[in-house]
Amino acid sequence: MADLRSEFIGIKSPNPFWLASAPPTDKEYNVRRAFDAGWGGVVWKTLGFDPHVVNVNGPRYGAVFGADRRLLGLNNIELITDRPLQTNLDEIKAVKRDYPDQAMIVSLMVPCEEEPWKKILPMVEETGADGVELNFGCPHGMSERGMGSAVGQVPEYIEMVTRWVKANTRMPVIVKLTPNITDIRKPAGAAKSGGADAVSLINTINSITSVDLDLFAPEPTIDGKGAHGGYCGPAVKPIALNMVAEIARDPELHGLPISGIGGVTTWRDAAEFLALGAGNVQVCTAAMTYGFKIVQEMISGLSDYMDSKGIASVDEIVGRAVPNVTDWNQLNLNYVAKAKINQDLCISCGRCFAACEDTSHQAIAMSEDRTFTVIDEECVACNLCVNVCPVEECITMEAMTPGSTDPRTGRVVQPDYANWTTHPNNPSAKAAE
Amino acid sequence: MGSDVFQPGITAGRLDPDSYAEHFSDLHPRLDAHEALVAADRCYFCHDAPCITACPTDIDIPLFIRQIATGTPDAAAKTILTQNIMGGMCARVCPTETLCEEACVREAAEGKPVLIGQLQRYATDHLQEQGIHPFSRAAATGKKVAVVGAGPAGLSCAHRLAMLGHDVVVMDARAKPGGLNEYGIATYKTPDGYAQTEVDWLLQIGGITLQCGTALGDGFTLEDLREGYDAVFLAMGLGGVNALDAEGSNKDGVRDAVDFIAELRQASDVAEVPIGRDVVVIGGGMTAVDAAVQAKLLGALNVTLVYRRGRDRMNASVFEQDLAASKGVRIVTHAVPVAVHGNGSVREIEFEYVDDAMKGTGQTLRLPADQVFKAIGQTLIGDGIPELDGRKIKVSETGRTSVAGVWAGGDCASGGDDLTVTAVAEGRDAAMDIHKVLVG
Ligand SMILES: Cc1cc2nc3c(=O)[nH]c(=O)nc-3n(C[C@H](O)[C@H](O)[C@H](O)COP(=O)(O)OP(=O)(O)OC[C@H]3O[C@@H](n4cnc5c(N)ncnc54)[C@H](O)[C@@H]3O)c2cc1C
Ligand SMILES: Cc1cc2nc3c(=O)[nH]c(=O)nc-3n(C[C@H](O)[C@H](O)[C@H](O)COP(=O)(O)O)c2cc1C
Ligand code: SF4
Ligand code: SF4
Ligand code: SF4
Repeated sequence: MADLRSEFIGIKSPNPFWLASAPPTDKEYNVRRAFDAGWGGVVWKTLGFDPHVVNVNGPRYGAVFGADRRLLGLNNIELITDRPLQTNLDEIKAVKRDYPDQAMIVSLMVPCEEEPWKKILPMVEETGADGVELNFGCPHGMSERGMGSAVGQVPEYIEMVTRWVKANTRMPVIVKLTPNITDIRKPAGAAKSGGADAVSLINTINSITSVDLDLFAPEPTIDGKGAHGGYCGPAVKPIALNMVAEIARDPELHGLPISGIGGVTTWRDAAEFLALGAGNVQVCTAAMTYGFKIVQEMISGLSDYMDSKGIASVDEIVGRAVPNVTDWNQLNLNYVAKAKINQDLCISCGRCFAACEDTSHQAIAMSEDRTFTVIDEECVACNLCVNVCPVEECITMEAMTPGSTDPRTGRVVQPDYANWTTHPNNPSAKAAE
Repeated sequence: MGSDVFQPGITAGRLDPDSYAEHFSDLHPRLDAHEALVAADRCYFCHDAPCITACPTDIDIPLFIRQIATGTPDAAAKTILTQNIMGGMCARVCPTETLCEEACVREAAEGKPVLIGQLQRYATDHLQEQGIHPFSRAAATGKKVAVVGAGPAGLSCAHRLAMLGHDVVVMDARAKPGGLNEYGIATYKTPDGYAQTEVDWLLQIGGITLQCGTALGDGFTLEDLREGYDAVFLAMGLGGVNALDAEGSNKDGVRDAVDFIAELRQASDVAEVPIGRDVVVIGGGMTAVDAAVQAKLLGALNVTLVYRRGRDRMNASVFEQDLAASKGVRIVTHAVPVAVHGNGSVREIEFEYVDDAMKGTGQTLRLPADQVFKAIGQTLIGDGIPELDGRKIKVSETGRTSVAGVWAGGDCASGGDDLTVTAVAEGRDAAMDIHKVLVG
């Protein structure tokens, strides 16, 4: 079995799977059970000063479902911890004492002034925690009070607060970023300038998941009204992956440690975050959906994968896909592929046909007896049929070998690489040298 | 097990009351809302879906399933009923394993089709139990059509004609409407009087006058109908049965399976229906299986179904055969009856084994029997009816017969399988053609 031990900004944990700051890490009871179940670390539910906040007493979650009511996206309007500060600190200390090998990070959110930070940091240090995470991401409730994403959306504030924190603690500092901005590299850069040891992302995305069509109010509905919440779960993974990659491949930010968060549900999701540059991952919704036990699948899955690839340590995966993330204008326009349908696997549902015929390139033929075949003369290799086919691996994209002729364009497939920057149709193309 | 199962002869009350109730309850209990959503989620919404092609009434299955999945079962019911006004009964009795569900791509993919029949029932029940009839009549045309037979074909035709604005008179020889829905279909497929519930619901369209106890040929002829009405639709099913060609077949205890089934369907208490201890059913179709299974459910100790050819040639689907086997019916193939033995009443029945070409082998089989049910096919009866094609009324694609102004459909007409759903389709299509002829 592969070695899953992880070291992230000097913080050791038995595996790279941490629970994100959220209800699963809200109190001693949960965290002890999480560690017993196998989680490598936790980021404790965000602390603030007393008087502690209060949550709504009506529903705080909304959801988006896939087939069979599989939860694909979760929306919440929960705030930071709603328990007294000292209670949390005492519990953190007790748990850390009993679980010295697991990572214990404390998430913090206090007003945007230096004094409160100066005051809270020694209290956290006293618990023996391994580090702090600055919550600049919460998009609801706290932001209205000038905290959370209200800070996270202004790079100057991020830099300033990070600097205060670094000046007032010896603990490693992770800055948690909000995705509710246009360019994730700006807040990440600000965190770096402020001296952050790492960034973590993403926090939740502003969202309204659904509308009650009897009440005409957003859901979750509280006494007839609803407010936007924060979206997370499998549905946000693509957004999170892109943001992680944007940071990982930026020349200025290269090397800034990243804790990847957002929709991690299986070992595969985790491995994808790692490959795009995250040093470890944090999980919230998957644990909230299925309980703490899922980490067992993540552990066995990642280690199986590593064994099968001959990968000895988690670090060998980290960032491995980053060099292959590029811009559109760098993609090879001489690469030509065609969809191919495996007739043995095809169940003749016709979905590829409907998709291609109605919305793409009319490149799939349907015979009287419901045999579906790709018309190479029309296929632009858009991949839509692959995406709508209900049978795995039934439709594949086959690359054409250089030297053969693309029946769609009548052109011979070229062996060399050529991208848009030199393409004749590009008005600002530079002639190839 | 009741105390009377070993009692020889034909007697009622072989079982205790609980066993009767259990035996004759719904074959497939209806899906609840959650089960329906789970089942609906499996549909792929296929393009030009093969399940639609396989449905004799062409119900837009992917559409109605999507309507269920999106929380609008009443819209789903309307999609179903627009194509098939007896979608509720068909959902219960269609051999889906040889129709829509056989064609379902998930049958090809996983050997487990989308539960189309059960989803259809979920939607139609949902609508009908609210008493909603989602169709209304077009402006009156002033035309009058006679329909002979109030089975699925006749009622389907009548409903469509009424909807199009015609006035319809439906005559049926029996005391109750519904045809074989009421007198033939197995009890456990349509419990709780659904056949009559459905007829009442169907008649809500208005414009249909039902005359039960009125038989064509008994006081009036086809010519009379042609004179009195603008068009005639014949849907009298197959009222006769084939005769058993075996020595001694007129002994007591030998009867037609359809009569036994009708008696059972009409019984106010199934415990009062007498059944033999050793029952032999002759035949290989749906009627044979239904008679055998229901004999078993009534408490017969030994039920043997004897068919003259191989299992693969049986008209009853594999599902039906398996159902019979699971209820304890023994199936014997390649045997033809040669003699019924007994003194007044049947005691034993003798068969000869035959090869695939139906040639006698000389080897025989004697089965003890105190009751024998003949299920060897029904036939069309009636005088003065239009030209036949073989043993059924010859019709065109749209149900036109050899006689101008007379259409026919359902079991009495040529073409199509003898199924409820086929009868509904033919009734509907004839109505559309009648409409075309009447109003141009
Ligand atoms: C025992 C049995 C079980 C079956 N099980 C199934 C099943 O599970 N699934 C399935 O799809 N199909 C089944 N079938 C077949 C199905 O019932 C028939 O295909 C269907 O009912 C045919 O409909 P129809 O309207 O043509 O005829 P019928 O349902 O037979 O209706 C004909 C009507 O015409 C009336 N009539 C007859 N003669 C006259 C006359 N001279 N004047 C006036 N009225 C007359 C009759 O009283 C009857 O009401 C079964 C059949 C039998 C016999
Ligand atoms: C109910 C709920 C409460 C949350 N509370 C916090 C919080 O207090 N502090 C914080 O930094 N993030 C909080 N988050 C965000 C999560 O830590 C995480 O960043 C986000 O849910 C994305 O990860 P996921 O897709 O694995 O859930 C919360 C999320 C949820 C669902
Ligand atoms: S998840 Fe638990 S706390 Fe939340 S509503 Fe359900 S029962 Fe109540
Ligand atoms: S979508 Fe896939 S399974 Fe369906 S017809 Fe196309 S290739 Fe076959
Ligand atoms: S064939 Fe099956 S999956 Fe396809 S539309 Fe019909 S029911 Fe749905």
